Amino acid sequence: MKNKIAKYLIQLGDNCLILGQRLGELCGHGPALEIDIALTNISLDLLGQTRAYFQYAAEMSDDFDNEDQIAFLRKSSDYRNCHLTELPNTDFAHTIIRQFLFDQYHQLLLTDLMNSNDEKLKAIATKSIKEVNYHLRFSKDWVIRLGDGTETSKVKMQEALNTVWRYTEELLRPSELDIEMEGLGIGTNPDQLKEEYFEKVKSVLQFATLEIPENKFFGKGGKEGVHTEHFGYILSDLQYMQRTYPNQQW
Amino acid sequence: MSNKNWPLWEVFIRSKSGLHHLHAGSLHAADADMALANARDVYTRRNEGVSIWVVESKNIVANDPSKSEEFFEPASDKVYRHPTFYEMPDELSHI
Repeated sequence: MKNKIAKYLIQLGDNCLILGQRLGELCGHGPALEIDIALTNISLDLLGQTRAYFQYAAEMSDDFDNEDQIAFLRKSSDYRNCHLTELPNTDFAHTIIRQFLFDQYHQLLLTDLMNSNDEKLKAIATKSIKEVNYHLRFSKDWVIRLGDGTETSKVKMQEALNTVWRYTEELLRPSELDIEMEGLGIGTNPDQLKEEYFEKVKSVLQFATLEIPENKFFGKGGKEGVHTEHFGYILSDLQYMQRTYPNQQW
Repeated sequence: MSNKNWPLWEVFIRSKSGLHHLHAGSLHAADADMALANARDVYTRRNEGVSIWVVESKNIVANDPSKSEEFFEPASDKVYRHPTFYEMPDELSHI
């Protein structure tokens, strides 16, 4: 049982780890100094949350002794993040749309996890929600600004939305682990967040005068360890230090 | 979206309740909301503040540096304007 909880924590942490890593790539490359710092702050918040999940997971796990092993020494197919988090930054429109679509999910998820009957998970959620409320405020603000901005910014935002939209549903698609943890009162079945998620996201996108894409097909597989072609590149960046210098410490 | 078009804002931060706001620095932002968000991200990330003020730099009125002689020098030889002869208890801080 403890090992199952560890796996669940790793699934939760992987979204934060991979999105945090993606945002970290923008350090020094943001569109303006202020935005650069804001994105890096979000990245660091997410990595901080990852550490909380992985430290707890390492306590519970049969397979790992510490957080570094979990973060840096797994194979691609052992990562459980959703595809949305591994999408490339491309440009600021893609970055901010991806962030908004994740933040809204993240906020609903943590709000629910704050009722977990696992005290430690509850504590992690309660601490993280404050950070995530701000992330959402930031990304939502930019989606509205640029969607309802100039002609160029609107076109770019619409393009980004059309690209990223098909990765939203996976966030709300429950894995077997999600369902099991929900049954135990520990975790959340994201399917229960689905209605509220799309309602909230669509109302912001409409306010931003963006058109909501009508996709029939949505990506999936991340929660089962099947990743997009971008993922290998992320892992090589993320892991090379720990693989080149095993057990390296700061 | 060029930084050139974003006006400059001055940021003031109060580090603890009871203290006054101090000038922390400046930044670029398109409007007041963005200035406040940017100030939060740029100037309070190491837990520096409990309150932020932002004001667009063009709204600050400053004295003319070339006239600083007549502005400030007349006060420089009037030491009796400092209340240095009061004895202050040690416990008092922020004076």
